[in-house]
Amino acid sequence: MTAMERIAMTDQPLLRVDGLTKRYGPRIGCLDVSFDLYPGEVLGIVGESGSGKSTLLSCLAGHLQPDLGRVAYDGRDVLAMSETERRRLGRTDWAYVHQNPRDGLRMGVSAGGNVGERLMAIGARHYGEIRDKAQDWLARVEIAADRIDDRPSAFSGGMQQRLQIARNLVTAPRLVFMDEPTGGLDVSVQARLLDLLRGLVRDLGLSVIIVTHDLAVVRLLAHRLMVMKSGRVVEQGLTDQVLDDPQHAYSQLLVSSVLQV
Amino acid sequence: MIRIDNLSKAFVLHNQGGAVIPVMAGATLTVHPGECVGLTGPSGAGKSTLMRMIYGNYLAAGGSLFVGGLDVATASPRQIIALRRETLGYVSQFLRVVPRVPSLDVVAEPLLALRTPVDEARGRAADLLRRLNIPEGLWSLSPTTFSGGEQQRVNIARGFAHAYPVLLLDEPTASLDAANREVVLTLIEEAKARGAAILGIFHDEAARARVCDRLVDVARFTPGLAA
Repeated sequence: MTAMERIAMTDQPLLRVDGLTKRYGPRIGCLDVSFDLYPGEVLGIVGESGSGKSTLLSCLAGHLQPDLGRVAYDGRDVLAMSETERRRLGRTDWAYVHQNPRDGLRMGVSAGGNVGERLMAIGARHYGEIRDKAQDWLARVEIAADRIDDRPSAFSGGMQQRLQIARNLVTAPRLVFMDEPTGGLDVSVQARLLDLLRGLVRDLGLSVIIVTHDLAVVRLLAHRLMVMKSGRVVEQGLTDQVLDDPQHAYSQLLVSSVLQV
Repeated sequence: MIRIDNLSKAFVLHNQGGAVIPVMAGATLTVHPGECVGLTGPSGAGKSTLMRMIYGNYLAAGGSLFVGGLDVATASPRQIIALRRETLGYVSQFLRVVPRVPSLDVVAEPLLALRTPVDEARGRAADLLRRLNIPEGLWSLSPTTFSGGEQQRVNIARGFAHAYPVLLLDEPTASLDAANREVVLTLIEEAKARGAAILGIFHDEAARARVCDRLVDVARFTPGLAA
């Protein structure tokens, strides 16, 4: 079954999150967060630094163990999975784009190797095909072909981020977690990536959870928006509605503080 | 196709002492398939507010707002997203696009979202851009670099790419020259002929007289304005 047929056929959420809570001692990381994410849907999470956005994302992706709540992926209880199962999911169905590309890249391996490694992890063995596919994805994120054998340590921050995105998307995951992925990018590269992501969401039914400060990015990419403050979700809804007619005092402040979205 | 009953709206400004600003009360109107209804009323009466409520950008405070059988006032985001993809089109006054995407693809996008084959979607987009006199040399360029009038035409082409059963048009002929204005009015007439229900704001009185079957004065729904 192709991804498209899957979208057409199912009306089941890909991810169900219920009452997710994480505390750091007396401090709240995130509190009682619940939402459903459907195939082909992009959920934006916004809020000030320290509002719990990244904690939530880490809990969802299994990088942090929440104290309370449930996460179900495609009907499977993620928190009850063995570490092995969760790692397999992380290699196949999921991708995680870190805010700092160094956290998501192997700095001692060439750019082509960084992309090819994900393919090999899901069973690709043919060297020529792996290299072709790596080259294709480097081109999609606008990294010149002649840089394929260079290590990421020789790349600028923006190039490292683009490489991380290529590494994550090459295996055609179904769910991508992104933590401030466009923060350090040039505006023109950011636009290219937004277009790339929109295409994948539209054509392959990719689902995305994106944490960001950038309301303009959210407006163009996210179908739905969640606003967090002090670990709590203060408002969630259709992106246009939350940005044009925010209901909560904090969302109103957030939207009115931006020059133009 | 559009059935609005006793719709109301107020903005609560939490960061300005919780000021409550009522902007709409008792709004009631219907638009049938094949009909174009024009919204009139002074600036600030709430014409655009009503359009944004129908499109789901503004939340309703009370009343009902049915578009193609879905009550937008109570619908989930997911239902509104599906409604916008299939049923409800909106030509706003502003073009909001990902920079660097070619105009042809900007126009084809609503069709691609409906799984139209790429060639067919681009073909339809090309027809519309040609009709709206956007030179072919510009199709591969992003509309963000275009003049105001060109952007407006790309926006209109995008809005008419898919044959939406319901269309919202906010000043579709503003900033257009006579020839392009004529093209847009013809597009509206064609949409009516295929059965689309259209709600529009037209400051251009001749355009309004030509395409609108009825007018609704929004001032009747404005708290404090209705005498």
